[in-house]
Amino acid sequence: MIEQVAEPLQQAGFAKVVLELEVNNHAGVMSHICNLFARRAFNVEGILCMPMPDTSRSRIWLLVFEDQRLEQMVLQLEKLVDVLSVRRHGAEHEVFERLEKFFR
Amino acid sequence: MMQMTGAELILRLLERQGVHTVSGIPGGAILPFYDALGASPTVRHVLARHEQGAGFMAQGMARVSGQPEVCLASSGPGATNLLTAIADASLDSIPMVAITGQVPLSMIGTDAFQEVDIYGMTVPITKHNFLVRSAAELLDVIPEAFRIAMSGRPGPVLVDVPKDVQNQRIEFDSFPPPAVPDVRPQLDQRAIDEAARMIDAAERPVLYLGGGVIHAGAAEQAVAFAEHAGLPTTMTLMALGTMPVDHPLSIGMLGMHGARYTNFILEESDLLICVGARFDDRAIGKATEFCPRAKIVHVDIDPSELHKIKTAHVAINGDVATVLEALMPRVKARLRKRWLAHVESLKTRFPLQMPGVDDPRNHYGLIQAVAASVGDDAIVATDVGQHQMWVAQAYPFRRPRQWLTSGGLGTMGFGLPAAIGAALAAPDRTVVCFTGDGSFKMNIQELATLAEEGLNVKIVLMNNNSLGLVYQQQSLFYGKRTFASKYRAAPDFVKIAEGFGIPALDLDLVDNPRASLTQALRAPGPCLIHASIDREEFVYPMVPPGAANAAMIGG
Repeated sequence: MIEQVAEPLQQAGFAKVVLELEVNNHAGVMSHICNLFARRAFNVEGILCMPMPDTSRSRIWLLVFEDQRLEQMVLQLEKLVDVLSVRRHGAEHEVFERLEKFFR
Repeated sequence: MMQMTGAELILRLLERQGVHTVSGIPGGAILPFYDALGASPTVRHVLARHEQGAGFMAQGMARVSGQPEVCLASSGPGATNLLTAIADASLDSIPMVAITGQVPLSMIGTDAFQEVDIYGMTVPITKHNFLVRSAAELLDVIPEAFRIAMSGRPGPVLVDVPKDVQNQRIEFDSFPPPAVPDVRPQLDQRAIDEAARMIDAAERPVLYLGGGVIHAGAAEQAVAFAEHAGLPTTMTLMALGTMPVDHPLSIGMLGMHGARYTNFILEESDLLICVGARFDDRAIGKATEFCPRAKIVHVDIDPSELHKIKTAHVAINGDVATVLEALMPRVKARLRKRWLAHVESLKTRFPLQMPGVDDPRNHYGLIQAVAASVGDDAIVATDVGQHQMWVAQAYPFRRPRQWLTSGGLGTMGFGLPAAIGAALAAPDRTVVCFTGDGSFKMNIQELATLAEEGLNVKIVLMNNNSLGLVYQQQSLFYGKRTFASKYRAAPDFVKIAEGFGIPALDLDLVDNPRASLTQALRAPGPCLIHASIDREEFVYPMVPPGAANAAMIGG
């Protein structure tokens, strides 16, 4: 997110976590998710979104820091009507690693 | 096969959902719907004078009925004017469906006349929102909006409908069934057993009830549970009325303006049983110092409230009525003579001080005189500020949904339109709206709506010609630099009310205020009762913002 409603708390130093979301694929879902992180001043380091083979759904990958509020963020994500599931992976998950070469 | 326009379809779906009254203001982008609404045999429309008023009327109806109620606005400024009422509903978990008109689909994104991205603007203040892209979608979206608004923890839902979608004709086979709430979450038996064990083992437990108990219709269960387990019971601002104020186990409202004894009892408790409350900062003060000796059992329908502010030793996600019913047989019946005797002694030593309570010209006295005159059947709405806290402290609330106030957002201007909504939902009851001069001016235009509808709303205006709570904070915490909190001009509210066609009584000018008050309150229809209040009267006790509850001053 470019816009932040509040200066994010210092998160550097925390371990990174990859979140895998399955969501309904329609306009507005991304804004619900990005807005949730922004309004709670929880920084998102990386974000990826593509429709799934069954195009009624999309998968979103988020790279975030694991601070003590992460659990609360996951609970808040699960409350969003269009979020169908949230899974947590360690930072070693390859999805962002393989993309890194596009950001050099 | 049925054939109709999107506008007619919305109306039929509202009718099938059992909606009887809607509030709103028409404008270009929602005129197709208003055209359909005008022909409805069952849905009554109440024309507000500002969309925020319409939003709070829907809230007033919903706070009384417990059902999702509907407000309407046109696109652009009509929709943005609804925002405060939607945010207020979100923070107090009030079920509401807001329907807004939008510019035609082809013009979205062109900065068209009266176009705003109300969908984007309401993302952070709704439970969910929709931008409808075809009339056919309405068959799913409208019932979905009601289902979401009423399921689990209730809240507001916005449905934005472009004008051409309202005009689009569609054919369909049959109406979808009206929405019903989702099934309640499965009970976690192990957590229930553990909670029961902790309650049995506790020496100094306190039951802490929040607005969720009222939303769940669980007041009866909560009182029965408190009686069964011998639990002194405190209520948040949102939960007032859950347990009658004169119940022997009631220890009143906790928090920033709670009585000294209430906060002292909490300070000593060794187990806090939090039911449908969310550890709001105005209730608990400094979180780390709240109930320092207590373990916590937390029951809430919203899983994200568990462990959010205070980590619970046992957290139970569930409908509070169901959880209390499950807990009851597992918890031993107790008298707790020692603990309750101690509670009683704290109550006697540190009671709520209400100086002047016998004088109806005093703020506490006025509130109690009104209560004595209208009885327990009346509904009480307030605005936000000193008068709100005085009413919370001094009014004898004895039943759920008797008390309507803006708790989470603290919106000045809430009172009058919410009282109008309450009177629409419960036309047989008297509705009293306590307000202050600052709040009253924020939605004063709704006097026109009130006069037009002739509702039984009695406005009790406590006038100190200032922003009293701001003046109080500046006096106490900002070196008495009372900047921008005193009005220099003093409007004549009696004339204003009369100008709108509403009878008014100035208590300052009558010889027998108690008799005149009773007479005004018992006359049918609306009226305004004006009473001057000394600006130097403050709300006590008061916990300084950010401090621990034990640090309260005054009272």
